Amino acid sequence: MSNIPVELKYAKSHEWARVNDDGSVTVGISDTAQDQLGDMVFIEVPEVGQTVTAEEACAVVESVKAASDVYAPLGGEVVEVNEGLADSPEAVNNDAYGEGWIFRLEPADAGELGALMDADAYEVFLASEDH
Amino acid sequence: MANKTPLYDEHVADGGKLVDFAGWDMPINYGSQLEEHRQVRTDAGMFDVSHMTVVDLTGDRTREFLRYLLANNVDRLKDSGKALYSCMLNESGGVIDDLIVYFLQDNFFRMVVNAGTHDKDIAWLEKQAAAFDVAVTERPELAMIAVQGPNAREKALPLLSDAARAAASELKPFFGAFDGDWFIARTGYTGEDGFEIVLPASEAVTFWQNLRAAGVKPTGLGARDTLRLEAGMNLYGADMDESTSPLEAALGWTVAWEPPERDFIGRAALEQQRQAGTTQKLVGLLLEGKGVLRNHQKVVAEGAGEGEITSGSFSPTLQRAIAFARVPKATGDTCQVDIRGKLLTARVVKPPFVRNGEAQIEL
Repeated sequence: MSNIPVELKYAKSHEWARVNDDGSVTVGISDTAQDQLGDMVFIEVPEVGQTVTAEEACAVVESVKAASDVYAPLGGEVVEVNEGLADSPEAVNNDAYGEGWIFRLEPADAGELGALMDADAYEVFLASEDH
Repeated sequence: MANKTPLYDEHVADGGKLVDFAGWDMPINYGSQLEEHRQVRTDAGMFDVSHMTVVDLTGDRTREFLRYLLANNVDRLKDSGKALYSCMLNESGGVIDDLIVYFLQDNFFRMVVNAGTHDKDIAWLEKQAAAFDVAVTERPELAMIAVQGPNAREKALPLLSDAARAAASELKPFFGAFDGDWFIARTGYTGEDGFEIVLPASEAVTFWQNLRAAGVKPTGLGARDTLRLEAGMNLYGADMDESTSPLEAALGWTVAWEPPERDFIGRAALEQQRQAGTTQKLVGLLLEGKGVLRNHQKVVAEGAGEGEITSGSFSPTLQRAIAFARVPKATGDTCQVDIRGKLLTARVVKPPFVRNGEAQIEL
């Protein structure tokens, strides 16, 4: 079944967000998303220092099948990107919530996290999308 | 309701991700397209291609009919079992479909055409065949399995009947042979050695299971597409269609101009195009840096104009993005591809990119 860690927040566009101890937010795509997209071959990460708004397309994951936008789950400044994905895009497939993280944000308004789904809500959302 | 091949339950059992392909529920992959691709390049994989249309053409004037129907010349087929790749053109030289035709006897040829063009192909064949008293018979009771890869023949041969094995082991490339209702051809769409096997639908599941037990891995349509692209083989509907002639699709080699007195459908239009000169050509592209080339991306050829990618993907063998693109005739050695608003440099190369597991271009 779907791997949906309870400590993360989820967007309807299938990104996950992890709030770190320092208040920054790490972003990736969910296990369900990587599974649907298939083998990753190229990840276009945002620029460090780039300012993004919630739901803005700011990265691209390319599988053998297709290119898909990754949307910022909340607004803020990109403070770090996963440089390792340049050589190992498959990390998104193999470890979507760990090595496969895509970028880290310093949120402009942490209150925007409230608009995201928790694990239970995301699971219900996935079930509803199946129909 | 989508059509299902006789192997549908096998695909489900193998964890295949089923997608609609030309009205058929077909596996796009069974987990990892990259792994399946690698399997075919290094060992052996099998494809369910039962959705493709097998058509038998019979009648005393079948050869004469095909001489008129196809842009390639069936008179190149002198030995029984020999296959020919050809385009079937309309009067204006546009490609109705590309196909393989096998010469069996002078009154019996077998043709395999694409699934996506089934209806118009059959309508066209029947329309054109009438004047030659040639019977056009579809064979939906037959399944088709392609077994491809450097070890494909070695793994498939022991699973055939004695008679089929005897015939199949002697086959030269691009030949096929019958054993009863089984037809085994040394052809494929991957750039690797192997067989395409037409067999009764009722025997397909057992044969598929036997192949799997012999270590031949199920391979989906996703890998089929990256394999054929690496192999430099066109895909109908992407790289050519009724709006393009073979001359604009890098298929000039399949047009038999000689003998000049052979009249075939589309010949007049092609002759005219050849004299006037084509304005576009289909070329191979290799992206210089990171990224992925995709169908319909815009190509900019400095000083020559613009073109478009017709088939683009990531090449698992080369670990680089590759494509076919239709570009202005004057396009030189490099061009730019518009990937999400950025112009990235690509090198113009001559396909195939990969044959028999080996890169055919300099990286």
